[in-house]
Amino acid sequence: MKGLLDQQFEEDNIVLSQVEDLLNWARLSSLWPMGFGLACCAIEMMQTMASGYDLDRFGVFPRPSPRQSDVMIVAGTVTFKMADRLRRLYEQMPEPRYVISMGSCSNCGGPYWEHGYHVVKGVDRIVPVDVYVPGCPPRPEALIGGFLKLQEKIRQHTLVAPQAILDIEAQEARNQKPDFAV
Amino acid sequence: MIQTTIQEIIVATLGDATIEQANEQYLQIVPEKLPAVCQLIHTHETCYFDMLSCLTGLDNGTTQQTMEVVYNLYSIPYEQKLTLKVVVPRENPVVPSVSHLWKTADWHEREAFDLLGIIFSNHPNLRRILLPEDWEGHPLRKDYQAQEYYHGIQVKY
Repeated sequence: MKGLLDQQFEEDNIVLSQVEDLLNWARLSSLWPMGFGLACCAIEMMQTMASGYDLDRFGVFPRPSPRQSDVMIVAGTVTFKMADRLRRLYEQMPEPRYVISMGSCSNCGGPYWEHGYHVVKGVDRIVPVDVYVPGCPPRPEALIGGFLKLQEKIRQHTLVAPQAILDIEAQEARNQKPDFAV
Repeated sequence: MIQTTIQEIIVATLGDATIEQANEQYLQIVPEKLPAVCQLIHTHETCYFDMLSCLTGLDNGTTQQTMEVVYNLYSIPYEQKLTLKVVVPRENPVVPSVSHLWKTADWHEREAFDLLGIIFSNHPNLRRILLPEDWEGHPLRKDYQAQEYYHGIQVKY
């Protein structure tokens, strides 16, 4: 599939697109992850970002601050001591924000699931996760696959509110008593 | 210099009632006498155990009702190893700290306290080193039960 800017246009001056597509394209083309690793998965993450696999091709470029980040890669074992810090970092990220859970430990506790009293059994108990990348640790290709999945997800974003939520809101509006009826 | 020589030095200086048990592997020291023994072999000119290679805490379980601390010492000038051991009751595991002699002991004793709940008296800063401050219990104890929730997060799988 050709990228948006790779396409040739027969006439100049005007390019027609949908606002949704443009917003989604901008969002998914520059996913800046927060640069932090928790265990051995971080070594694979560093490798993915380095010249060999070059995540910068996808516009993925680590940031030193949660306030500049779009996506958090939870790369490694999340201990209970780290859980509070991780939640704090997530809360500091501006919306829209995404979470990639990388590796077995952050997916479900990994090898610590039974006897690891100190490990959170899945980072989804602390923050909502968008993409799970399996592996122990996942190879760089797998992490790139995770980013492609996340891009797929962002491509589906729409400005139109979902019908189910509209229905609920309409229902609530109908049930709301007028001010004078208190 | 062999272990029997060290044993003789200890007995000659601090008396018979210092060593509880002696064999080829280790010397078991009376807990109250531990700082004196360590001070002696740390500074004595024929021993000079200037390095504490490792400090290990052990829980011997609910049937034996004891806990142990093992000290692996090394004398760099004499290239000599020595293992000391203290055994304390499980209900009240108090061992004198040796962190004033070997700085290494500071964090090792904190770890033994963190994971086993062994109290090191006269330790300058005896608090948890690995687990969070507000963690409940000491996980390497044989009868340890993990808490159900930590800060609202379920602990069990």
